[in-house]
Amino acid sequence: MSLLAVSNLAKRYRRGGKPFAAVDDISFEIGPAETLALAGPSGSGKSTIAKLVLRLIEPDAGRIDFEGGDFLALSGAALRTRRARLQMVFQDPLAAFNPRATVARVLDDPLRIYNIASRAERPRRIAALLERVGLDTSLAARAIHEISGGQRQRVAIARAIATRPSLIVLDEAVSALDVSVRGQILELLLDLQRQERIAYLFISHDLGVIRAVAHRVVILDAGRIAESGDARAVIADPQSAVGKALVAATPKLVRTSQDAS
Amino acid sequence: MTVLLSIRDLVIAYRRDGIEVPALKGVSLEVLAGERLAIIGESGSGKSTLALAVAGLLARGARVGGTIGWLLPASAGAKAPLSVLPDISPSRGEIGNSGAGSLLATSKIGEGGDHSVISPLEGEMSGRTERGAKDRQPSALATSQPRLGRDIGFVFQDPSSSLDPVIPIGKQIAEVARTHLDLTWPDAYTKAKTLLERVHLPNPDATLRAYPHQLSGGQKQRVAIAAAIAAAPKLLIADEATSAIDTIVQAEIVALIRRLVAEDGMTLIFISHDIALATTLADRIAVLRHGELVELGEARQIIEAPRHAYTRALLDAHLGLDAKPLLDRQGASA
Amino acid sequence: MSRLHRFFRTPEAIAGALILALLVAMALAAPLLFPGDPQAIAGPALLPPFQDWSLPLGTDRLGRDVLAELFHGARTSLAVGLAAAAAALLIGAAVGTLAGFASGLLDEVLMRVTDAFQTVPSFLLALAFVSIVGPSLGVVVAAIALSAWTGPARVARAEVLSIRERDYVAGARIIGMHPLEIAFREVLPNALPPVLALSSVIVAAAILTEAALSFLGLGDPNRVTWGGMIAEGRTVLRTAPFLSIVPGVALVLTVLGVYLAGEGVVESTAVRRSLS
Ligand SMILES: Nc1ncnc2c1ncn2[C@@H]1O[C@H](COP(=O)(O)OP(=O)(O)OP(=O)(O)O)[C@@H](O)[C@H]1O
Ligand SMILES: Nc1ncnc2c1ncn2[C@@H]1O[C@H](COP(=O)(O)OP(=O)(O)OP(=O)(O)O)[C@@H](O)[C@H]1O
Ligand SMILES: [Mg+2]
Ligand SMILES: [Mg+2]
Repeated sequence: MSLLAVSNLAKRYRRGGKPFAAVDDISFEIGPAETLALAGPSGSGKSTIAKLVLRLIEPDAGRIDFEGGDFLALSGAALRTRRARLQMVFQDPLAAFNPRATVARVLDDPLRIYNIASRAERPRRIAALLERVGLDTSLAARAIHEISGGQRQRVAIARAIATRPSLIVLDEAVSALDVSVRGQILELLLDLQRQERIAYLFISHDLGVIRAVAHRVVILDAGRIAESGDARAVIADPQSAVGKALVAATPKLVRTSQDAS
Repeated sequence: MTVLLSIRDLVIAYRRDGIEVPALKGVSLEVLAGERLAIIGESGSGKSTLALAVAGLLARGARVGGTIGWLLPASAGAKAPLSVLPDISPSRGEIGNSGAGSLLATSKIGEGGDHSVISPLEGEMSGRTERGAKDRQPSALATSQPRLGRDIGFVFQDPSSSLDPVIPIGKQIAEVARTHLDLTWPDAYTKAKTLLERVHLPNPDATLRAYPHQLSGGQKQRVAIAAAIAAAPKLLIADEATSAIDTIVQAEIVALIRRLVAEDGMTLIFISHDIALATTLADRIAVLRHGELVELGEARQIIEAPRHAYTRALLDAHLGLDAKPLLDRQGASA
Repeated sequence: MSRLHRFFRTPEAIAGALILALLVAMALAAPLLFPGDPQAIAGPALLPPFQDWSLPLGTDRLGRDVLAELFHGARTSLAVGLAAAAAALLIGAAVGTLAGFASGLLDEVLMRVTDAFQTVPSFLLALAFVSIVGPSLGVVVAAIALSAWTGPARVARAEVLSIRERDYVAGARIIGMHPLEIAFREVLPNALPPVLALSSVIVAAAILTEAALSFLGLGDPNRVTWGGMIAEGRTVLRTAPFLSIVPGVALVLTVLGVYLAGEGVVESTAVRRSLS
């Protein structure tokens, strides 16, 4: 049973008056606790798919089934309730939060909105969430712009898991981070996946990162699926032209004497 | 190989809300003429600070100590006759290699510096002048101190921030060529068109008339590179020039920089936080951490036999296509 | 560094704040220093200033105390200016936020209405409104607000339109926040600073409009206003120019003070923005 099933999804935009397909006839499935990566060059439609899946924008055609129900049929309060199970982490953690917010407020919002904890109990829950993502609980009082980029991305993950989702969409969530911080965040995501059985729709143009964390990959080109399959198999032997170009463009460390593997 | 640039004990601190924040803590480094040097390190390690100091672009209010010495060859595109500086700074001995036809200029900077040294950089580096980069240089010493645009080309991470949104691409590049090469406007435009061809922009004639917002991120970065190399600088500094664009375009830009540097015999300082990307381009790699230079060596040596634990950690954090997937390290999860 | 500290960094801001403080002090002190009716006769008519120290600024054509009138006039100017500006900002921000959020037909309608208001010169609008409804303080405030709300409405709408597209608004939707909460808790507070930046210009304009209406005899007849004082003095401009000059200078200083203080606020918040 798949957790998320997307079929024949399409979204058109206008460019210079002429309509063009940003997303065209896209179908894929994600199972529980699975990571599906979306790869592709800039403008290939990765973020558009993310927004469609989250119902931030509406598709022109296609169907989205989430947790066994027609996700596109939901609206209003029913949609807001269902959203607890489907969360997102953005690329730029500074832009992803209200500039006036504090860490505590950012984490308090989902707990309040979904009635997950009483007002009195929430500070404890917030502290627990911070600990879960490896942050010091004293950070709660800080403003969002007073913490580092890596800490901010952890807060974003803490907010995403606050509502106990079954799927998190990560749109270039680690692209802006330092390699060392990136490694820690990826470890955290994998740890959450193992313990809470969260599935990820993992968007990135970096095949190295995808290969490290994803089970399967879908490679996009100009809004269409160029190829898909087991992440390591596809990256080891890409069949499509974009797949080959992406692999060729990924910087390689040629280590001979002190090889890691 | 001759030394182009000699940095000695460079200390830079920014003042933020009344507190001094150290950004560089005594970095010494020589850049050889014609080499490709990569500077890597995590965010906040001081990479950009070093690059800005070399280009004389540091923010006002930055406190600077140490010296940055230049050894510009006589052919550095200078128009005025060369002059020999009356007093050569104490660091001459350290640089040693000042062969004939070369000119040594050293800026001695910092509080209590030797004021008998003529050092036009002093004022600007300690942030006491407010003027723009172009007119920062006193004209009398124009031949001895490198000038941004003419002797140093600088490419920033975000091309939108270095291009003026309301001026056509062609005019922006022609402006650089006109200012630094003493060209007339028509000649400068011809030069701009050649430059757009060199950076492989499709349809250069149309691009000359285009505005920045009409180009993609990768195309804008090509334009920024064209503007940076317009006056055939000796030194090209690229600060995270490919970090904001996708891998395919990144590979194209890196290939472009490599070709341009080879064709023009430029020296390259390439700043990146991606160690793998740095090794695809650089002869030597300098590793910065918390404002200190922890390791400097041949690119091969750095990746095959890193001497410092931090360099090794950076290498291990790299997720290449041959790395062991994190998924496996943690055990199967799906 | 506190916002206040930053505000007082520029000499313009300090000058503006001083003028405004003086004005507020005058307005507050008026009923204490001059408890009687400022429109009552206090001495001989047309007494020049600095002659009699119980009437330091002299008297007008009807023998009223100019200093008392000046103090009570500050009250009217300030009250009308602030109330009208507050009303204009409130209407403008509400209409702009609504239009920015609604988009589509409602946006179209609201913006056409805004256009309609903007094409009529604002002073004529206020003039027409007061002539129809009749002069009283409330009507003057309403008239000025009516002629000044379009600027804030446009700025608020533009701001809301740009903030609406930010990631954090999408983030708020994803955590299931109600659209109204998103509009008023997440978007509006961040859209307000540029709208509030207009307030100094609006307050200054409101004070001038009020003075102009009073000058034309369309102010509240039961209150002393600087515009009314200037109009009064005009008839004896040659023999007693001080009767027009004194309220005129007060008016210019007030508008200047409001403007300078406003600039100071904008400046101090701008620094704040670029820092974050
Ligand atoms: N609101 C919009 N209006 C018009 N065109 C749009 C809009 N949003 C996206 N597009 C276009 O749709 C295409 C796909 O965009 P999308 O953001 O999904 O790409 P992406 O794969 O996420 O790229 P990147 O790696 O640069 O983030 C692009 O050509 C883009 O210009
Ligand atoms: N204008 C400035 N004012 C105050 N502090 C600054 C300024 N510019 C940089 N810093 C601080 O100096 C240190 C070094 O910054 P620098 O920009 O050189 O790092 P970097 O290695 O280029 O990082 P990144 O990879 O994020 O670009 C950091 O701690 C930074 O916060
Ligand atoms: Mg995207
Ligand atoms: Mg930098």
